[in-house]
Formats: sequence, structure tokens, C-alpha cells
Amino acid sequence: MTPASSPFEIPATLPGVVALQPLSTVPAVSTRLPYLVAVVLLGIGLVVLIDDDSLVKKVVGLNLFQTGIFLFLVTAAVRDGGRSPNLAGPGPYVDPVPQVLVLTAIVVGVAVTAVALALVVRIYRTYGSLREDVIREAMDR
Amino acid sequence: MTGTSPVDPTLLVAVPIVASVLPVAATFVRERLGWPIAAATLSVHAGLAAVVCADALTGDPVTTAVGGIPEPFGIVLVVDALSAPFVALTAVVGLGALAYVRRAGPRSGPFFGLYLLLVAGITGVCVTADVFNLYVFLEISGLASYALVARADGGPAAVAALQYLLVGTVGASLYLLGVGYAYVATGTLSMAALSTAFAAGPGPGVGGTLPVVAFGLMAVGLGVKAAVFPLHVWKPRAYAAAPPAVAAVLSALVSTVAAYAVVRLLLSAFTVDLLRAVPAVETALVAVGVASVVAGSVLAFRAADVRRLLAYSSVAQFGIVAIGIALATPVGLVGVVIHLVGHAITKGGFYLAAGVLAASYGATTVDDYAGLGGRAPTVSVAIAVFALGLIGVPPTVGFAGKLYVLLGTVEGSAPVAGAVVLASTLTSLAYFGRLLQRLFVEPARPGADGPTEPPGRVDPHAGGGRAGTHTGEAASGDRDSDVAGPSSAPGPSPGMLAAIVVAAAAVVALGFGAAALGDLVEPTVGGLLG
Repeated sequence: MTPASSPFEIPATLPGVVALQPLSTVPAVSTRLPYLVAVVLLGIGLVVLIDDDSLVKKVVGLNLFQTGIFLFLVTAAVRDGGRSPNLAGPGPYVDPVPQVLVLTAIVVGVAVTAVALALVVRIYRTYGSLREDVIREAMDR
Repeated sequence: MTGTSPVDPTLLVAVPIVASVLPVAATFVRERLGWPIAAATLSVHAGLAAVVCADALTGDPVTTAVGGIPEPFGIVLVVDALSAPFVALTAVVGLGALAYVRRAGPRSGPFFGLYLLLVAGITGVCVTADVFNLYVFLEISGLASYALVARADGGPAAVAALQYLLVGTVGASLYLLGVGYAYVATGTLSMAALSTAFAAGPGPGVGGTLPVVAFGLMAVGLGVKAAVFPLHVWKPRAYAAAPPAVAAVLSALVSTVAAYAVVRLLLSAFTVDLLRAVPAVETALVAVGVASVVAGSVLAFRAADVRRLLAYSSVAQFGIVAIGIALATPVGLVGVVIHLVGHAITKGGFYLAAGVLAASYGATTVDDYAGLGGRAPTVSVAIAVFALGLIGVPPTVGFAGKLYVLLGTVEGSAPVAGAVVLASTLTSLAYFGRLLQRLFVEPARPGADGPTEPPGRVDPHAGGGRAGTHTGEAASGDRDSDVAGPSSAPGPSPGMLAAIVVAAAAVVALGFGAAALGDLVEPTVGGLLG
């Protein structure tokens, strides 16, 4: 149970971490509700992204879509009775890997949103509208 | 951990990504420092890539564990004979387009920063052996390409870039969801550990629901980037609106490495056992390929704008790639590698040549090309070589790639797919023949620009920034570079012509060298197929 002596030395097996164990063999969280919410978020995001005429709402839809994926990943990390994966404390721990993935993906999502909003601002300055149909009309003219 | 190479593959990504801040910072010191910095960085990058690729193609794969943390906890980078051609391609295209950009623009500091980021991201996708790391590099290259498309002036470029961003991000997010599924199924993200877990793990193995859904989501996500039908909608508008050099680099690299990533995942992570266990996966991939060939050909034939025509032609060409991947025979996969590399150089060169004709003569549509063969002979001959390469006429590399894929369809006993690959040659002859006939046979249309007249034509559909006085795209590509510089000189610069001529020569030379390249790649592909 001793933590690794150097940050670059990884013990062959991390105590309590079930990283290399498929989810199906791990006692899962008692409810499937979070997965359902994730799927609903994916759906709402995609519909808004495709269907809405407002460019800003399209970006919001994209964010919802990504949030659904984040929720899915975080839910997959949950373990029954799992605690935060601090090796100094007692196990079992929740799976830390998906949480790290989500952290990275959130950063990527922020960057994407920033670029998207910058483009929306430029489009608004050019066409004076945020509505896709109006812009399309202006482009065809 | 570094294998047989004196160069750590990490440097292939680290050098351009660290250097990408320099052109932006240098803008505060002097306006024109971006190009030299990018050129120096990419020269170093190309040198490192040459060493690593030479070692990987002739010997064992070059591997390194990033930060010294071993698999399955850490991220491992691998350059083997399958990824080496794509690493080399990225380095060559990066340098080649830079020669073109020097005069043609865009030339601002931020542009070169984004350009280096793109090269870093693309190289990262090629070398990584970790599925989540691949997602990160996919997004780095994706963000850089959205912003690069928007470097062109005017509203249409911004709209095209936003559409590209929305579609591309959904694709990358689907890939991420697939990564989540694969992780839930196996508890690992390393490709090597994934293949072991699928082979040995509990449950139904790689044919189980989770692995199949994971592969499906990842393939659809990468299919958006590769722009196979029906996920291609972003491509024509983005490539038509982008500055020519950007369109060339994106068409040469972005879709190519997405297709490479599918091959890599299929061979290294999921293994061909997936195709054996679930025949529907193969059927779906072949169906996507056939649909891409048919739809891409029809749309290319109907396209009036040359840059749109080229984008639709890419859709058809990636259909052939999808067919080659689906059948997963050694010859077919070698064909996929040759076809991807060959198509990248051909299409990239074609976009550069189209950029010259647009800048010098204001020619953007197929009809505009009438009679240009006599007025711009060098560029026109290069265009002819590129067109023949995309049709697949020997001795170009397009012929070699198609031949290998065709042999793959024979080996995989898929007569319908083989017939589609053959028929694609005829259809591409139809739409490129139309272009070549305009270029060389038809006289210039009455009322078209005279040979001496600079391109003052304003084409409302061609990216609103072309406002007359400057030499077309040369200056309109970038607001920041409009102030001064050599862009007032008429005609293409030696660097622009050199990039095009070298690309045309490479299309022919690679045609002769394809068999040699195939021999280098084949053992690795055969080994991965098991």
C-alpha cells in the first residue's frame, strides 16, 4: 500500500484500482439513470445542432452533445463504494482514467467553443445576422 | 525505450508544437518573421522524420514511451513501416506547401503558428499508439484546420469554417464516445493492450457488442474527417473557401491521416478478427466505399467550380480507400497506403495549381479554364499530370494504388467492389477529361480576360475577398499581409511553380517507386493481419 517513491515510477499493480478490469465484471452503480441522461443529452444536442437556425444555438447544441459524452465517461468510472483515487487513503477507488479523459476533453471543448464563437462573431459582422437562412440568402445574392 | 533510432519519435510532435508559438510571438518583433521560423522548424521536423522513417522502414519499429511511463499506463508512440509513409508525407507536404505560401500567402504570424500546429497534430495522429492520445491529436489538427480555412477573407470563408468546425467536432466527439466504449469493454486505451484484451478477455471477445459499437463510433467519427459519403458535406465548401495553399495542405493531410487512423485501429487495436467475427462490419465499409465512389463521381461531374470538383473527386477516391480497408487483404491494404500517399500529393499539387490559375487568370470554374493551356503551359501540364494521376493512368502513382486495391478485391473475392474500383477510373476520366479538354483543346471564350490583363474579375461565389487590384489570392488570402510585399508582381513566383512541378514529378516518380514502397510496407501489414 506504499505510494510510489518517484512520480515517474509506476508500481506494476496499483492497489485498489480496477483499471484493467472490464466494467461487466465490476459491481456497477445501482442505477442506469446517468447513462440514460447521457443519451438524452446526446440527442438534444444533435437535434439543436442540426435543426436550429441560430448559429449560437448550434454551438450550444454542440456543447450539449459533448456534455453527454462527458457524462457517459464519468458514469463509466463509478464503482460501488468507490472513493477518490488517493493512494494514501483506503480503497476501493473509482476508476481515475475516464475522469482524466473528461478533463482533457473539456479543455478541448472549451477551445472548440472559443474558435466557433470567434467565427460566429465574424459572420455576424459580415452579414449582420446570426440566422443561417438569412446568411445563406445573403451569400447567394 | 527508444528502439533502433537515434531520434526519439516524441520530437516529431514536440518540435512543431513548441515552435508553433514562435511565429505568433515574432509578429510583435517584426512582421515578416513567420515564414523563416516555420521553414526552419519544418526543415528540422523533416530531417527528424527522415531519420525515424528510414529506421522504421528498414528495421524494427521505432517506439518510445512518453515520459518513461510504460504501457498500459503511459502513452507509447510507434513509427513502424505502416505509419512511416504518412509521417514522411506530412513532413514533405508541410515543407512543399511552405514554398508556395511564401509568395502566395497567407503570411501572417498567426497563420504560421496554426500551420505548425496542424503539422504537429497530423504527425501525432500518425505516430501515436494510444486511442485517446489519437483523439487529442485529431482535435489539435482539427482546430488548426478550422482556423486555417477561416484565414481567407470574407464571409463565405467564415461560414465554411464554422460548418467545418461543427461537423468536424461532432465527428471527433463520436470518436471520443467510441474510445469510451472501448475503455469500458477493456479497461485500457493502449492499442496493443486493447488487441490483447479483445483476444483474451472475458466475454464474447472482439465480436461482442461493446467492441463492435466502439469500432463503429470511431470509424464514423474518422469517416467525417475522411469525408466519405454521406459525411462529406463540409468538404467542398471548406476547400473552395480556404486559401489555395490551405486547401492543398488540408486535402493532402487531414482526410489522409483519418483514413490511416482507421487502418491503424483496425489492424493494431481491434485486429482483423473483428471483420471475421462480424461480417456486417465489412459489408458496411464496402457499402460506404461504393456509395462514396458513385456519389463522389456524380457530384464531381456536376460541379462547376474546380475546387469543388476536386473535393468531390476526393470523396470518390476515399471510397476506393474504404473498399481496400474493408477487404483487409495484404495486397489491398498495401494499395490503401500507396493510394493514400499518392492521392495526397496529387490532390495537394492540383489545389496549388488551381490556386495559381485562380490568382493569375481569375479562373475558378471548369469553363474558365478554356484556352489556358497555351497561356500557362507549365501549370497546365502539371494539371494534366495530376488529372491523369487521379484518373489512374500509368505510370502515375494513382495507377499503382488503384491496381493494388483492385488486386485486393480479387484476393478478397469481392467482384462488385472490384467492378466499382474499375468503373471509378472511367467516371473520373469523364470529369477530368472535361477539364483537360477545356484546358488544352477549347479556345479561350470570347469575352474572357485577355492574356495581358491582370485578373480584375470579381467572382461573387469564389470567396468574397478577391477585390481586384492585387494578384487575386496572392494578397486576398490574408488581411494582415495586404499591406506590402512582393504580391504586386504578376504571375506565380518560382517557389510556387517549384512546389507544383515537384509535386507533379513526385506523382510520376512515386508511380515507379510504388512497388518498392509496397515491398517495404507489406511485411508489417502482413504481420499485423496475422
